[in-house]
Amino acid sequence: MNEPVLDVRNLRVAFRARRSSVTALRDVSFTLHPGRTLALVGESGSGKSVSSLAIMGLLPPNGAVTGGAIHYRAVDGSVSDLTKASKSEMRARRGAEIAMIFQEPMSSLNPLFTIGDQIGEMLLLHTDLDARQRRQRVLEMLELVEIPAAASRIDNYPHELSGGMRQRVMIALAMVCNPALLIADEPTTALDVTIQAQILDLMRRLQKELGMSILFITHDMGVVAEMADDVAVMYAGAIVEQAGASELFARPSHPYTRGLLHSIPMPGRPEGERLVPIPGTVPPLHAMPEGCAFAPRCGLADEACREPVSLSDFAPNHRVACFHAGREVTHV
Amino acid sequence: MSEPLLQIRNLSKRFVTPRGTIHAVSDASFDIPRGSITGLVGESGSGKTTLGRTLLRLVEPTEGQTIFDGQDLNTLSASELRDARRRMQIIYQDPVSSLNPRLRVADIITEGLRAHGIGNRASRRDKAAALLEEVGLQADHMSKFPHEFSGGQRQRIGIARALALEPEFIVADESVSALDVSIQAQVLNLLLDLRERRNLTMLFIAHDLSVVEYLCDQIIVMYLGRLVEKGPSRPLYSDPRHPYTRALLSAIPVPDPARDHSRTILRGDIPSPLDPPSGCVFRTRCPHAADICAEGVPAPVETGPNHHSFCKRTEELYATA
Repeated sequence: MNEPVLDVRNLRVAFRARRSSVTALRDVSFTLHPGRTLALVGESGSGKSVSSLAIMGLLPPNGAVTGGAIHYRAVDGSVSDLTKASKSEMRARRGAEIAMIFQEPMSSLNPLFTIGDQIGEMLLLHTDLDARQRRQRVLEMLELVEIPAAASRIDNYPHELSGGMRQRVMIALAMVCNPALLIADEPTTALDVTIQAQILDLMRRLQKELGMSILFITHDMGVVAEMADDVAVMYAGAIVEQAGASELFARPSHPYTRGLLHSIPMPGRPEGERLVPIPGTVPPLHAMPEGCAFAPRCGLADEACREPVSLSDFAPNHRVACFHAGREVTHV
Repeated sequence: MSEPLLQIRNLSKRFVTPRGTIHAVSDASFDIPRGSITGLVGESGSGKTTLGRTLLRLVEPTEGQTIFDGQDLNTLSASELRDARRRMQIIYQDPVSSLNPRLRVADIITEGLRAHGIGNRASRRDKAAALLEEVGLQADHMSKFPHEFSGGQRQRIGIARALALEPEFIVADESVSALDVSIQAQVLNLLLDLRERRNLTMLFIAHDLSVVEYLCDQIIVMYLGRLVEKGPSRPLYSDPRHPYTRALLSAIPVPDPARDHSRTILRGDIPSPLDPPSGCVFRTRCPHAADICAEGVPAPVETGPNHHSFCKRTEELYATA
């Protein structure tokens, strides 16, 4: 396989709290290969969004990378560690080579500028195109993301567009400089399902046509199954299971992954059969248990789980961070 | 079968705004049988929340009736309505904004009891303790404030509050949408337990058809203020008859990569409720729209026992052999 676009190694991120500091990411490692989609999946507080912000160099002021590396392979083939990049280097990369789309298109777009101006600004920052060429390119982008009547929409303000339309604008804005890496953080979570289907379809088509790699951050296992080539399941700041998408869904082996899948109402479930929820809640970051963070909610937990656990090979291209990987949970 | 607890008849709600009249709910009619959970499904702007509030008369309807246990709520005086309200409660979507941050949990749960002058201080505290345990929390949680709880726990507090007046009917408006899936499953199971234990009748409003199919006995699908399909959960989910229900179901991402992901993708957005399409409201996005669909609002077509599709082409499109 080609060299990875992104190779994250033992990434640690901590946030300063009032008196102490809390660890939000604990030794997170993953790789993303060219033209592929890696899904980071997890619930609130799992660290999936913190991972993406660390890659973009957009951690809030009280957060910092405290260990590990983010090796990024630029289009010219040079590899650099983004954790060591200067602010100006990151600024030059963001939007040009690495682009990001967020959950809430309304709060990511500036309400005071037309969508044409906002997409055009990316070209102004990262290319030598003149005003006429920029407008032409913006128009092409709006057509590419299937905005109807793009020529008149280009002068609209964000509030004049529907939620689905705004997310299309966000995608146009992210893709206008033809980035090699697109980070999509819950891009369809705020949208209705029929609009979500449109946007996922659009993203798949753009990836086929433009060949970018996608780091797809989501809480929705259904979206993962549709979009991802590879999956990393996160829980409480660490990756607990990592595999190719078909392998992961065929043989989920970490008790958390299984619990997550058992919590989803699936079509064709036998009538009257109850969902099996994961008991309890995620422990707060400042009160993480020693050893496996999932142990307090896990039906398989025993003495061994008090020791720290890290990802190890479970099957070819399938890694699980659990001493009891693959064992059936016998629920009470 | 006994008389349904609720009979909704031709309920409509229009809001007059400076930009025109919003047709939020138009001509909704359905029954909610006693002890059943009815799911009301639709996307943003479908009118499901307005319908939920209008049938409780939290919003005054423009037309139509809600017959609750034989009484038409819309003809009741203020004091009669107040008494009737004890028997029906609502649980909201957002467990953060629906709980007063300055009240302790005990006061939040017993506020309704105080308002209706039920019991004394001590008996109300006992009640709060019992309710907290019933929803899977602990009695000693009652002296805490809402911010000390997680999202799932806060939603349980909202449920305990709704149960305090021993209602017969509960409207749950997107009550699990803001929760993580593992917590969502806990709350769904809690609602099923409560229904069994208390023989509650529920209207569960949600945008997620899979969740609704899991929880509900009957499903009503809305689009742009109108009912488009209603029927028992299983048949409606496994064999939807209205083109909109079909599109909605096919849009749900299924956690199984081996599944065929080809689907009916609806083009465009939901039209404005200020100016809904004439005839069938779905026709502007419907893959099967024909000239006939512009003429007159479709009447319900019976496609199975208690199963109706509001589509003029139902029989023609899904003729069963």
